[in-house]
Amino acid sequence: MSPPAGKPATRKRAVRPPALDREHAQHLLREMLRVRRFEERAAEQYSLTRIRGFLHLYIGEEAVGVGVMQALTPDDAIVATYREHGQALARGLPAASLMAEMFGKSTGCSRGRGGSMHFFDVSRRFYGGNAIVGGGLPIAVGLALADRLQGRKRVTACFFGDGAVAEGEFHESLNLAALWQLPVLFLCENNEYAMGTSILQELAQPDIHLRAESYGIPAEEVDGMDVVAVEAAARRAAEAVRAGPGPRFLELHTYRFRAHSMADPDLYRKKEEVEHWKERDPIALFEARLRKAKLLTDDELAAVEAEIAAELDQAIAAAEAAPIEPLEDLTKDVYTLPAGAGAAA
Amino acid sequence: MSTIKLTYREAVRAALRHALATDPRVFLMGEDVGGYGGAFAVSLGLLDEFGPERVRNAPLSESGFVGAGIGASLGGMRPIVEVMTINFSLLALDQVVNNAATLRYMSGGQLSVPLVVRMATGGGRQMAAQHEHSLEAWYAHIPGIKALAPATVEDARGMLLAALQEQDPVFIFEHALLYPLEGEIDDEPRAVDIAHAAVRREGSDVTVVTYGGSLGKCLAAAELLEQEHGLAAEVIDLRTLRPLDTDTVLASLAKTHRVVIVDEGWKTGGLAGEISAQIMEQGFDLLDWPVQRVCGVEVPMPYAKHLEEAALPSAERVVAAVREMAF
Amino acid sequence: MADFVMPSLGADMSAGTLAAWLKQPGDAVKRGDIVAVVHTDKADVEVEVFTSGVIERMLVEPGTEVPVGTPLAVILEEGAAAPAAPVAPTPAAAPPAAAPPVAAPFVPGPGVPAEHRLLISPSARQLAHELGLEVDALTGSGPGGRIQRRDVEAAAAEREAAPQEAAAPAPPAPPAAAPPAAAPAAPLTPAAERSAAMRRAIAASMSRSKREIPHFYLAQTIDLSRALAWLGQENLRRPVTERLLHGALLIKAVALALREVPELNATWEGDEVVRRDDVNVGVAIALRGGGLVAPALHHTDELTLEELMHSFRDLVSRARAGSLRSSEMSEPTITVTSLGERGVESVFGVIFPPQVAIVGFGTLVERPWITEGQILPCPVVNASLSADHRVTDGHRASAFLAAVDRLLQEPEEL
Repeated sequence: MSPPAGKPATRKRAVRPPALDREHAQHLLREMLRVRRFEERAAEQYSLTRIRGFLHLYIGEEAVGVGVMQALTPDDAIVATYREHGQALARGLPAASLMAEMFGKSTGCSRGRGGSMHFFDVSRRFYGGNAIVGGGLPIAVGLALADRLQGRKRVTACFFGDGAVAEGEFHESLNLAALWQLPVLFLCENNEYAMGTSILQELAQPDIHLRAESYGIPAEEVDGMDVVAVEAAARRAAEAVRAGPGPRFLELHTYRFRAHSMADPDLYRKKEEVEHWKERDPIALFEARLRKAKLLTDDELAAVEAEIAAELDQAIAAAEAAPIEPLEDLTKDVYTLPAGAGAAA
Repeated sequence: MSTIKLTYREAVRAALRHALATDPRVFLMGEDVGGYGGAFAVSLGLLDEFGPERVRNAPLSESGFVGAGIGASLGGMRPIVEVMTINFSLLALDQVVNNAATLRYMSGGQLSVPLVVRMATGGGRQMAAQHEHSLEAWYAHIPGIKALAPATVEDARGMLLAALQEQDPVFIFEHALLYPLEGEIDDEPRAVDIAHAAVRREGSDVTVVTYGGSLGKCLAAAELLEQEHGLAAEVIDLRTLRPLDTDTVLASLAKTHRVVIVDEGWKTGGLAGEISAQIMEQGFDLLDWPVQRVCGVEVPMPYAKHLEEAALPSAERVVAAVREMAF
Repeated sequence: MADFVMPSLGADMSAGTLAAWLKQPGDAVKRGDIVAVVHTDKADVEVEVFTSGVIERMLVEPGTEVPVGTPLAVILEEGAAAPAAPVAPTPAAAPPAAAPPVAAPFVPGPGVPAEHRLLISPSARQLAHELGLEVDALTGSGPGGRIQRRDVEAAAAEREAAPQEAAAPAPPAPPAAAPPAAAPAAPLTPAAERSAAMRRAIAASMSRSKREIPHFYLAQTIDLSRALAWLGQENLRRPVTERLLHGALLIKAVALALREVPELNATWEGDEVVRRDDVNVGVAIALRGGGLVAPALHHTDELTLEELMHSFRDLVSRARAGSLRSSEMSEPTITVTSLGERGVESVFGVIFPPQVAIVGFGTLVERPWITEGQILPCPVVNASLSADHRVTDGHRASAFLAAVDRLLQEPEEL
């Protein structure tokens, strides 16, 4: 998988992909392309200073977010990180809403209050968007705890990176989830770098799925560049969580083609390594596969790209035209007013 | 209406029991709250009554279980998280500040975090520097949360019940020395107002403002001032540290024109400084003397008894501060 | 045509240096192609282009630092017409280096002379103001001589105990238009300088008044026995801080009398008299260290006696603090001056231009008075009117003084 960097060969479970039908295959491709093109446009908007602050792109990792979402129902919950555009789009948050959020407009999913790192959509049970590495894991544990206490059978999917594995909150959360047998689906997006630090310099035990197993949580490694493999593994794991008892863990091997964020000059990765991974571009690989299986034509692809381009054009135009929150509202929603606005579950 | 005699500890327990019994969304989570009965014996007997799902022992994972409390409240529950002491709560400050206090604002108003966190605070038991600090000021600093300091048996019970009616995170600071305090209160558990300070003793010569574990010392000081110096001190129990009820303080100041703030936390950057600034801003013309502060001495809490006593506010220090105001 | 601009490569980047071009004019580029290297604080970064087409010309030379957003090259988009002749790349002018701002030389201002700072607690100052006490006259018992509430209260009590006249307590009468009792012998402080300037201004104004206004004078001795008796009763039921002074009755009577003789409530503008609708009685206030101001009590005829007292006290303290508003200085329609405090029986004032009259009151004295054929002691005050003969005559002027007298016989109506 990765070029020799001293990393030991990892165990990979053989995953037999389910049979693909044309409709589903094109759906997966479209979803990944949507994320890819959205991220490219976000990068452009950032360099035009319409998006400010931090911007962390999901380019290269699309198969993970898209694949996992296929396994979740609208009733399940999602907790993600600051690199959450892919998950948000795949979950169904409208591109226009996300773009407006990054533009800081009041039509954004978080009313312009959060920006790129803090997408929230309670109606889709999307609980962020968290900028503290590892900070979302205890919240996911809590959401799952609430489900257990209320006798509800649903999954809380928790995305985090390899960097989070070093944080205390990772260990506390896995321990709690396993101890209390909570319905959490832990999803480690291992892109081998925690900001600028490679996993080998970060973790004494870089085989992350083994960490999970040490807490007694059944874990699986997945090729995160293969959307079909991701979907299959995610379905298996989600069903297991739903049936209970207890959490499951997936370590998804993936790679980000861009730097950590727009502000990162990416000095810590060798060009050859990046090029090597780009040969495993999940979208290019899947596209090739579909063509080979005659599940995709040039015209169909062109139509999808055109649709996506139009959607994104419209999203950007809408974001540009949208208003900003009035200054008088600066101190609104620090607290919940007694009239009980603000959703819980 | 009949009354019962209770200790502060029992009053908290009564509130917990009432909440657990009447609201299925409520559950208690913390270290040793189950079989052990709570580090301060507050939850004694509750495990037997309500079972391990609702009286939930947590491993030593403050960040983990405070964050889980946040998540559970997002998921429709009403968790009461017990952190053993405010000193250990530092491990959970990331979840408190970066999640509990901010989720509503950051999500553009979509989320509420109806979480209650109780913790013991304060010094005077020779537990030394890592067990005895008063860091309420750090919590009172954070927009998005409320901070309460019950100093009486009635407030120990009523504030917890009031906190459970809030939609936003509420932090309750129980001074460890108050747990055995006895009082007689109405036998019907009910919520109390958490928006106002209370005048615990009336007077017209000087206003003494305090909260939590220092209330008893201030009342003792007021006695001494009256008996030995003929001065009538008005003692105000702040009760709520965020939001602060400065109106009650100013009304008293309009009578007395002199004020001393007594706060067990360290003086620098502490709550007494905040109150002093608010008095200066809103009551400048009422002051006949600069605002005085009696605070914890700027040292980590020492173990040796005489040193610990000297490091904490005391009735004698309050009396001395009042007398320095040249009556 | 589209521009390829200097991109933002980080939240805190405001400018970047074009380090190298990786393409030439005439090269075809696709969206996403790397076309240049930009040097930032952190590193050299390869930057991509977002439009597909042909690079027409470069606008910035390598080595130039430009702000984010500056066009670096022009790209002819696919399908757009090519220009007729190739244009040589014109180096873009880098933003001209701004001339370093010339630092203004630091000239320290004239040293502020050490003034005597009054130490007084905010609450004591407030209380002194309420009681109409001058803070300068108080001594403080607090640290460093700070004046506290108890010092103000003590001074108020002393004033209470001072010998009284007639039936009324003797709070200070309205201050008079008097020259300073003794000129300060100390070297000129800023306060004294201000005072000298004020003297000069008063001199100019008074000279002009006498030059231009044909003054004539009337006087009336007014029986105040009823007024003082009523005042005594009124003040019994008032706390110390809210007691009325007899001067308030005098001022109110003047204000109401002006309604009957409105030509005296006027100003002389240019060469004609302008009647004024509002009655704003100016009260002459002597300042510490010399000087005089006569600011207005607005709508004096509409104020209750309490309001009048309150406003008057407020004016006095602000006059002494130097914080009068310009409207108070410019809008009196008539002035009242009183030398009652100084013990002089009558005063005939000089009119303050552009007003047309000034009313004077002497000190309150007991004089023999004939009441129903009997000679009895009676508290009286001498009221005077100096009036502008261009505007009025003795007949109208005397009606005014008669009205004042009459109004003071029914104090409960004031």
